[in-house]
Amino acid sequence: MAEGQGHSGESRAVHFGPFGGIFVPETLMAPLVEVAAAYESAREDPVFQQELGAYLRDYAGRPTSLYFCRRLSEHCGGAKIYMKREDLAHTGSHKINNALGQALLARRMGRKKLMAETGAGQHGVATATVAALFGMECDVYMGEEDVRRQALNVYRMRLLGARLIQIESGSRTLKDAINEAFRVWMATAETTYYLFGTAAGPHPYPTMVRDFQSVVGREARRQILEREGRLPDHLVACVGGGSNAIGLFHPFLDDDVRMVGVEAAGRGLQTGAHAASLTAGSEGILHGARSKILQTPEGQILTTHSVAAGLDYPGVGPEHAQLQATGRAEYVGATDSEALRAFELLTRLEGIMPALESAHAVAHAVELAGTLPPEAIVLVNLSGRGDKDIAEVQRVLAEQEE
Amino acid sequence: MSRIEARFEETGAAGDGALVMFVVAGHPTPGVCAELLPAIAEAGADIIELGIPFSDPLADGPVIQAASQRALGEGMSPRGVLEMAAGFRAKWDTPLVVMTCWNPIYKYGVEAFARESAGAGVDGVIVTDLPAEEAGEWVPAARASGLDTIFLLAPTSSSARVKKVVDLATGFVYCVSRMGVTGARDELPAELGAMVERIRAETAKPVAVGFGISRPEHVVEVCRLADGAVVGSAVVSLIEREQSSAGLRQKVRDFVSELKGATRGLRSTGRRR
Repeated sequence: MAEGQGHSGESRAVHFGPFGGIFVPETLMAPLVEVAAAYESAREDPVFQQELGAYLRDYAGRPTSLYFCRRLSEHCGGAKIYMKREDLAHTGSHKINNALGQALLARRMGRKKLMAETGAGQHGVATATVAALFGMECDVYMGEEDVRRQALNVYRMRLLGARLIQIESGSRTLKDAINEAFRVWMATAETTYYLFGTAAGPHPYPTMVRDFQSVVGREARRQILEREGRLPDHLVACVGGGSNAIGLFHPFLDDDVRMVGVEAAGRGLQTGAHAASLTAGSEGILHGARSKILQTPEGQILTTHSVAAGLDYPGVGPEHAQLQATGRAEYVGATDSEALRAFELLTRLEGIMPALESAHAVAHAVELAGTLPPEAIVLVNLSGRGDKDIAEVQRVLAEQEE
Repeated sequence: MSRIEARFEETGAAGDGALVMFVVAGHPTPGVCAELLPAIAEAGADIIELGIPFSDPLADGPVIQAASQRALGEGMSPRGVLEMAAGFRAKWDTPLVVMTCWNPIYKYGVEAFARESAGAGVDGVIVTDLPAEEAGEWVPAARASGLDTIFLLAPTSSSARVKKVVDLATGFVYCVSRMGVTGARDELPAELGAMVERIRAETAKPVAVGFGISRPEHVVEVCRLADGAVVGSAVVSLIEREQSSAGLRQKVRDFVSELKGATRGLRSTGRRR
């Protein structure tokens, strides 16, 4: 299964233009250098790649399908909309691709314990799942606010045998869970592997997570060529930290395909209650990398808001900052209510309930498709399924009706 | 010779270790903090580290995190910290080090921060999340303003990294006693001596040990091995606990002078240089 394998000969640079890097306390340097070295050797090792490919196929259910949304496309009255169905991957989102890759790496490094941060709980569930699969211990760090709004995933993690550490500092969301996970890892790296969930953070995570997620784009590229005999005109994916988006985009970087990342515009960019680091942020350093972040004029990190816990993060992966700076990809926002409308629309028209994160991408794709001619093709990464969000959707819709 | 190097020279010549005291600037309030600095200097701190509070400090434990949040809530800003430094410098010659994360400096403007820090009487800067590999913009800016660039080394730093870091470091080398975040601990790690020796093998620059140094007996132990001891969370805790007490200044003064007493006469004079 060729698509389970990484490209060789790609740049292993620590930086993406002016972005990326390793801005961490000295105590994290040795663990990060060790992970980077182990990953370099693993990615060149055909045995590792074969094993990963087999798990992706037999365990995660890859390749996921590429689905033509006939009714949604008709509704939009423009371009054809295709969905890359990462919601059909095992555990219900693209997060399993990276969790499998890094858990195999952790095993190769002799670690018996995994730790992970999670926002929406999808990465936490994926990590708890691979920990169960490989018989490893697992600690998941999650903000108190996210524990509340993603109760289903919290219970799934517990069933899978993970220990949940609830974070009550700061904004009590993903940002704070990452802070705490890094703090704990500083003292435990000799025994514990930190399975970072998005294409952000210090090197090697942005590169490694992107590589493990690129299976999405490689499959989608082959599938659309099979179906349509040509590449899509637009790729659309939601961006929190940016792992599903970079996974879809990366294999298309050299193609004549436009790429749009959709950030959480929350209650609207003008309200300040959003999580749109690329469209409304500025350059800064957070969680080990230089990127675009949401910050005060004095460099303090702002708290964010999104109805989607997985997008509720004041930073973004450094490769996206570079794709934006060079103009190779474009980044826009979708508000909470636009995402909720897209959630309802996709559910009604296609019988697919998207994760609220992915619903941001759907919202933009619907808008975009309406402006394009019928022969145009828009390919959306449906990065996760929405079961986890049903209680939150119910709560928010009830609030709106009041 | 910088003010920091000169201070290590003096304490070393007297056969003492240097006592480095860390406080979060603006904790518990900017006003109270500004009054505590002279008390800390008077009680015998050889160097004062002023932490510029940052919202997301990766290397800090709960005590300094909470104090930083408190100071931010009180309106403390990087500019405010430099003003506080300048106010102190007008009357005191104790070396001042500013300690923070890279983002507040980056956002301030790297050259402007270096220039204005030096102008405020700051002698050196520690950037806790700026390893030597990423310091390409910072070191020249700091040098141009005459600031010492203090870097950290950890027990897991490879020999190659020790070499690289001690070459870039000026003022002193900050040896992190253990893996993990800042915060008081009961005991010092057994491997600390070997760690300090690894650094000493590469440099004649002063070495100070921090993280988990909270009691006079820790200071004694550290000053037998290294040129100085850094105490942070323990005094930040004391300030937090006693903030509304009328005796706050006296309690801080007593604690610092007890710690300073513990540094005395532990080093054979003229050991270095």
